[in-house]
Formats: sequence, C-alpha cells, structure tokens
Amino acid sequence: MQAEMSGAADSRFRLPRGFAAGRCWLSGIALILLLTAPASAFTAYVSNEKGNTISVIDTDKLIVVKTIKVGQRPRGIELTKDGKFILVAVGDDDTIQMIDAKTHEVVATLPSGPDPELFSQDPTGKILYVANENDNTVTIIDMERRARLGEVQVGVEPEGMGLSPDGKILVNTSETTNMAHFIDTETRQIVANVLVDARPRFAEFKRDGSEVWVSSEIGGTVSVIDPVKHEVTKKIAFEVPGLRKEAIQAVGISITRDGKTAFVALGPANRVAVVDGATHEVKKYLLVGQRVWHMAFTPDEKYLLTTNGLSNDVSVIDVTSLKVVKTVQVGELPWGVSISQ
Amino acid sequence: MIRLLLAGTILSLWAAADAAEINIGYLHHTESKTYLSLIEIPAGNVGVAGAQLALDDNNTTGKFLNQRFSLEDIRLSPGQDAAAASAALAERGALLVIADLTADALLQIADTSAPRHSLLFNVSAIDDRLREEACRANVIHVAPTRSMLADALAQYLVWKQWRRWLLIVGSHAEDQLYGDALRRAAKRFGARIVQEKVFEDAGGARRTDSGVVQIQRQLPVFTQGAPTYDVLVAADESEVFASYLPYRTWDPRPVAGSAGLVATSWDGSHEQWGAAQLQDRFMKKFSRRMTARDMQAWTAVRMIGESVARTRSTDPTTLLNFMRGPDFALAAFKGQPLTLRDWNLQLRQPILLADGRMVVSVSPQEGFLHQVSELDTLGTDRPESKCRLR
Repeated sequence: MQAEMSGAADSRFRLPRGFAAGRCWLSGIALILLLTAPASAFTAYVSNEKGNTISVIDTDKLIVVKTIKVGQRPRGIELTKDGKFILVAVGDDDTIQMIDAKTHEVVATLPSGPDPELFSQDPTGKILYVANENDNTVTIIDMERRARLGEVQVGVEPEGMGLSPDGKILVNTSETTNMAHFIDTETRQIVANVLVDARPRFAEFKRDGSEVWVSSEIGGTVSVIDPVKHEVTKKIAFEVPGLRKEAIQAVGISITRDGKTAFVALGPANRVAVVDGATHEVKKYLLVGQRVWHMAFTPDEKYLLTTNGLSNDVSVIDVTSLKVVKTVQVGELPWGVSISQ
Repeated sequence: MIRLLLAGTILSLWAAADAAEINIGYLHHTESKTYLSLIEIPAGNVGVAGAQLALDDNNTTGKFLNQRFSLEDIRLSPGQDAAAASAALAERGALLVIADLTADALLQIADTSAPRHSLLFNVSAIDDRLREEACRANVIHVAPTRSMLADALAQYLVWKQWRRWLLIVGSHAEDQLYGDALRRAAKRFGARIVQEKVFEDAGGARRTDSGVVQIQRQLPVFTQGAPTYDVLVAADESEVFASYLPYRTWDPRPVAGSAGLVATSWDGSHEQWGAAQLQDRFMKKFSRRMTARDMQAWTAVRMIGESVARTRSTDPTTLLNFMRGPDFALAAFKGQPLTLRDWNLQLRQPILLADGRMVVSVSPQEGFLHQVSELDTLGTDRPESKCRLR
C-alpha cells in the first residue's frame, strides 16, 4: 500500500527560538528610530480578494491603519504615478476603481473591459494597459480622459502585464495559451509570442530592460526571456526539501532596482525564493504565510511585503538581511500590494 | 491565366504546408440511460460541448503558432459499429479521437485502430479494467477510475472521522464494481463497513406522479436496524435508489457515494484555481453549466493542444511520447499540474467532492502522503498495477 496517513503539521509558524524576543528588540530599535529620526512613512495598500476591501498599512509601524471598502473581488492594485490615486481592479464588477489616496474615497471608475485582473501603467502615467481574463484581450485606457483607446487580442486568459522600463514593449502572459505575448505599445501589435511553462501569471522587466522574467504557476518555473531576441535564455526551477513538486507554484516576481536580487513568490509552497539576478541561481527560501501571491518593495527597498492568500496576512521581508521580520494581519484573502513612493 | 492559376496553386500549397491542421474526431453514442433526478438528465451536447470549448482555446493559441484545430463530431445510433466510424475518421486523417464510449466499444476501436496508429482519449469509461488487465498502449484515460473516485471519497470521510460506513450497493454490474472500489477504499484508508445491503432493482419507472409518498415510507424501513454507523455510502451508478436516500434514512446520517457527497472530476459550482473563468466561458457559449464529462472532453482536447504546441508535431506517436514524458504538465483549474501515469496512461488528477450545490472538498486530502505524487494515493498505484503496455 502506497498511501498512508501522517500528521502533516503546518510548518509555517516554525520560527527560530528567540524570534519573539528578537522582534521585541527590533521594535525597540524601531521605537528609538521613530523618536530620533523623522520617519520615512510609506503606505502599503493590500487588496483583499474575498473581503472586498483594501488594508492600508503604515510601513514604519507595520500595522493596519485603515480598511477601505471597495467593489467585488479586488485583485490587481497600483498607485498612479503621481501618487494621487490608488487603482484597484475589481474583477466581478468589471471595472477598475480609482481611490483618492488622501480621502480613501472611491472617486471614479475606469472602462477596463470585463473581468480586469492585473494592469500596468506606462512610465508617464498617462496610459493604462489592462488584462481582461474573460475576454482574451488587453484593453488600453487613456488615464486623463478615462476612456478606452483600444484593445489587443491575445491568448486565452490573459493575466500578467509587464511593461518595459522605456514603455515601448508590453509583455502580457496568457494562462491557458501558456505564452508571453510581446506587444509593441506604439503600433499595438503583437511582435512575438514566446511559449513558457504552464499557466504563466506574472511578467517583470529588470530595470535596465535587459531581461523579462515570466512566472509559470502550474509549471512551477520562471522563464528568463531576452526581450530583443524573444528567446527563453534560462529557466529557473525551484526545489524545497520536503515539499512535493506540485506545491511549488511560481506567481509574483519582484526585482531590486539594481537587478541584483529577485524574489519569487511560490504560492502554496508558502515560500519566497531569493534569486541572484545575475547568475539566476536560487540563493535562499524564506518561509512566509500560506499561498503567497504578490509582493512590493518599500521605495527605499528596505522591506518587501508579500500577500499571503490563505493565512490572511502580509509577511514583511527585510531585504538586506533576507529575513522575515514581521507578519501583519490584513483582510480576507489578500492578493495584491502596492506601496506609495 | 495559366500562370495565375499556377501561382495560385503554389500559394495555396505553401499556405497548406505552412499551417498545421489537426483534425480531432469525437465519437459518442446516443444516450439511453435513465436518471432519478430531472436535473441530472444530461444535455444533448454533454461531453462534446467541452471538446468544442477546448477547440476554441486551442485555436486562440494556434493562431500564434500557425496551427488550426478542427473537430468532427460523430454520434452513433444504438447498435451502430464504433470501429467502422473510427476507421472512417482515420481515412479522413483524424488520428486523434475523443472516445465518449462504453468500455466495450472503446476496447473494440482501440484494437481495430491500433495498426493505423490512432490515439484514443477515453473521456467517459471509468472502468478500472481498462487501465489494468485490459489496458491498451493507444488509449489515454482522461476520465478518472472508479477506484480513484472511491479513494477520493474515502480519504475525506476518514479525515472527517466518519469511519463506520453502512454500504448499500445496487444490483447491477456497474453498481457492484463501484461497491468493490468502495470496499477497497475503506480497507486502504482505515474505514470499517459495519453492514452491507443490496438494493434490488425491481424494475419500474423513474418518473411517477405520486412516487414521493411511497419513497418516504419505504426508505426509512429499508435502512432500519443497521448497526451504529457514521455515514451511509451508496453505490448506485444505475440510478435506481441512491438519490432517494438523503433525508430519508432511519437514523439521521449523512449520505455519500452515488448521492449526497459525490466524488467527481468536475462540478458546475467549482470555482477555485481560476476555474470560474472556464465556467464563465462555458456558460457564455452553451448557456448551461459544465459537467464532469464536458470537463473530461475539454481536458482531452487541451492535452492535444498543449502537446501539439510544445512538440510542433501532429504525429500521434510523438504526441503520446511527449504526454507520458516528464515535460508534460496540463493546467486544468485543479490547483496543480495534471500528468500521465506512464505505466497505464491514466491522467493523474485531484477529485472534487460535491453535494450538488457546492464543492465541499478536493482530494487527495492533506496528510495522505506518497513518495512520487500525492495524486497517486488515488486509484491503483504502479506496484499494484496489472497493466503491461507493450
């Protein structure tokens, strides 16, 4: 008989001894810092897919300071380039809501097309590109006029949206077609399609534009693509001892500004992989909350916040020491995160 | 003029050579089964609808790769020879065939089409023997087996600590087979069958105007006097009695198996892992909910699409080798990749447990471990397999 029962304990809270004491010590330091130095207060906004809310986190105190009610099924979330608005895709309401970053009121909606999930802004903040999961399209929106400019037909279930730093190339991933579509933003035509592993969910360019990384959730890999040659130059695989292969599902990707370190969220593996940006070697796995989805750096790249879908919390990773320093409870099924500049 | 014609011919030849054409056959019989519940009666296009949706998905991908997929739907009348239909399909170049057929009809076309190198996808026969002593090297099984379904249910019942089962089995052959699978599952996962009863099919219509009055009196009496049990497990694939059991047992006990909590490859209420998107696409196209057979056919056609896209080949042998190899992983809204058991060509898959309105759980359950894949805790595993593919 192959199958057997075992008490597979949830290992998420297996923290090192003295962690709590360490945290007290850390917060003590933070308190001193708060008293002595002016705080660089950033604000993180976390979309809670089931809760229909946004949790607002003070990134100095690392506590939730406010909860904003939004539409149905909020997922993709970003601040506008001028920092005045929070944009959140509320998929089941078929729109993107604009929330005033000061008053936290929903002030407008954008014609995003049906079931928006992830979106990307061009460097000027004037144009928004939206993946419409149910419609095999990418919708292009003029942010000033809040009007639809056009759309591009892509593969089945478009999701990931990565814009090159110069804004010229948009990479969209389609989950059932298993491709990264390279779209020329000027002509709005697809210029190349690159096959990647199953269910690609996220695309992220390095800041110097030399590489675009695409995560495959079901394939459990990250494809590093040369954006000029449109070729997969490296496939990053992940292996966590004691974890079955199927549980390792790559989703969110965050790369530091200098391109030296990348973080890959591994979904139900409850880990974030730390990857060397140059050699593409996996250096470390950090234990975070359950079903980790997406991540965002504080603007000073001191912290990386991760959304943990099943445990309703956000893990805070110290980017220098590569340690998880805090867990913040948020709303139900946290999904996306964006942090003010 | 001649030059123009010639140029036209060359152009069209070039175009034909350039685009890969993949013709898929779909073979099914006209339905004749009767059902206790009106809402269980399948729509006329059950199964093939799923194949058509996957065809759309394949063609959306195919337009980027210059691959065109088409589907030939062949519905056989009762008694019509499936082998002749599959031979006709092969003659027209459709060597990839979705078989929505009974076990016997499937074996017949598997053997007659083997010399033509057709590749068959079993999307409806759940018989374990097709993957065991009667396995064939040219048949991929997308439908789960009875033992996979029974194991999925048993794992949940054991997790729930409902270990004492009252087993009621119908009198038809397929009911007995499901009963066997449930007995095996109970033994594997530590449940105990406290009593077993057979529900004889005494004939009679499924539809009557005053049926409910009598059923309300008969079923409590039938389940009276059982030893203490936690859950009533029913094996009734023939739709004779199981749907009458919930709320009518002598002791107030939940029902599972062929009614109540049912193990299935898909349910119209499944929405996790992006499934809501597939459900929306299906609803938009067919104005009804997606059933297990629709999903099995969708999965088969997507397996074809995925392997054609990866191998850039339309040769059935190349596709089969890719599908049973280590690089194949299908995303099918079940939270993990689906792969093939290379020893008998059965698709590994999580199994849903649904109550007709909601998905209650998904097996394998947490804690049932396996050295290769936890999905192999469902059904007959490699060391126990009687299948020897040539």
